[in-house]
Amino acid sequence: MTERKLGRGVALVGAGMSKFGAFPGKNTRELFVEAYQEMTASLDKGFDPAAVEAAYIGNFSSELFEGQGHTAPIMTDWVGLTPVPATRVEGACASGSLALRQGILAIASGLYDVVLVGGIEKMTGLTTDGATDALATAADVTYEIPAGFTFPGMYAAIATVYMHEYGMTPETLLQVGIKNHEHGALNPKAQFGQRISAIMEARKASAARKGKPVPTWVTELDFLHDAAANPQIAWPLRLFDCSPVSDGAASVLLVSEDIARQYTDAPLHLIGTGQASDTALHGRSTLTSLPAAKKAGQIAYEMAGVTPADIKAVEVHDCFTIAEIVATEDLGFFKPGEGWKAAEDGLTTRGGARPVNSSGGLKSKGHPVGASGVGQVVEIFHQLRGSAGERQLPGSPGVGMTHNVGGTGQTCVVNIFERR
Amino acid sequence: MSDFDFTSTAYNAQLAEKKLMGSRCKKCGHTFLPPRALCSHCHSSEMESLEFSGKGKLAAYTVIYFGPTFMKNAGYDSKNPYCAGIVDLEEGPRISAQIFGVDIAHPETIQIGSPLTAEFFERGEGESKKVFLGFKA
Repeated sequence: MTERKLGRGVALVGAGMSKFGAFPGKNTRELFVEAYQEMTASLDKGFDPAAVEAAYIGNFSSELFEGQGHTAPIMTDWVGLTPVPATRVEGACASGSLALRQGILAIASGLYDVVLVGGIEKMTGLTTDGATDALATAADVTYEIPAGFTFPGMYAAIATVYMHEYGMTPETLLQVGIKNHEHGALNPKAQFGQRISAIMEARKASAARKGKPVPTWVTELDFLHDAAANPQIAWPLRLFDCSPVSDGAASVLLVSEDIARQYTDAPLHLIGTGQASDTALHGRSTLTSLPAAKKAGQIAYEMAGVTPADIKAVEVHDCFTIAEIVATEDLGFFKPGEGWKAAEDGLTTRGGARPVNSSGGLKSKGHPVGASGVGQVVEIFHQLRGSAGERQLPGSPGVGMTHNVGGTGQTCVVNIFERR
Repeated sequence: MSDFDFTSTAYNAQLAEKKLMGSRCKKCGHTFLPPRALCSHCHSSEMESLEFSGKGKLAAYTVIYFGPTFMKNAGYDSKNPYCAGIVDLEEGPRISAQIFGVDIAHPETIQIGSPLTAEFFERGEGESKKVFLGFKA
């Protein structure tokens, strides 16, 4: 394939997000306003809303989740940006990254200089069953779902093959969840911003307060092995292997490179972007890798002219713990079959040789599906600018990556950013 | 099967007759289940119907404790979980299906690579009653 380059440089100059969580009193537009306000506040040289020329909004399914279609113009209206063109972009859980890519392409084409990108989803208005059914529409409802598959079920099927081929046990998966909760405990925006030990102690205290028998868990693994505390969802995945149902929004501002310094002295440059598609899970020749993620990664690496070793901060799509392990292999951080060992050896922790998901990942930070891809960019924005607070990665990372997956990999997007 | 038009409706009509009908590309020989009218392998539109033997091997699986609503309505829940899997068919393609005849209580004992045969079963009541594709160990 011909080497692809952007028509002109694109810079990321501002980023913000709402807290992710369950917010019964707020709908997507209200969450988006919060994300937008934080984004504009991050533009350290000020901001004139009149400069925004277009908006791309990632949103998987507000129709099913909150009975609202046609969401993009509502977002631009609520932040006072009408009549700029407002376009909604959908690619299941990768919707946010697709919106970002549309913004990138629009600026690279020369059509616009300043583009607002958003991601939104409000999922907790439905019951867990309702959310499960809504998410299932991101799979093939004609040929996959009638088998009884759910999203946890399809990722669990990936896990059974991975265990079969590489000898991993479900114990390793628990370590991924423990690690992401440790990271998320340092993120004030996280839905479950607590270590698993803190969740465990809170449950014990609650039982004691209510005069119920206090569970005897001592370690996090005691808690995670307890079928009452951490029930099986789709073997080998338990509750704490799954990202939660969440509400949230995120927003970034993209501008053409030549005007970036009008907005900030610390712009980030989008140096690589890749996207790929794939068939349903059962149609693939491999089940231990997401071929579209690999492909998107290859395209992004090539465009950026960097290698996996150059990536110092990375947010991967850990919708389930097994997905994080597979992602670290698909992106070339570890060889096929070795991602689980790296996770077990602690290489992916904040202090490890290859930190992954410093934000807490989708597991701990939350997964409002259409917002997640943009939320990942918010984390990389802070890590590369040194503004990630307590969870700042050591060594002043200069190159960061986001990896966002729709469905079980029917849509994958990888982006690479650089501080110059 | 001259009237088989490679659609999901035609596929389901065949399932109702307990037949597993897919397609084969006349040009490159690639086989498809479910059927397709256009070969995603060589891009040819010269497709013929192919009845599958229903024999295959377990390629991937899981035991599901919290299923979609239609599975809950069929009586499955955390106390009565079920196995869903991906089946590697003798003729080449892979397909998703419910898996029967495995030890649901001990998922770790279910073997990838186990031989399976198609099992057609009915689910639903009245007008929504439909034949589904399953596989049995």
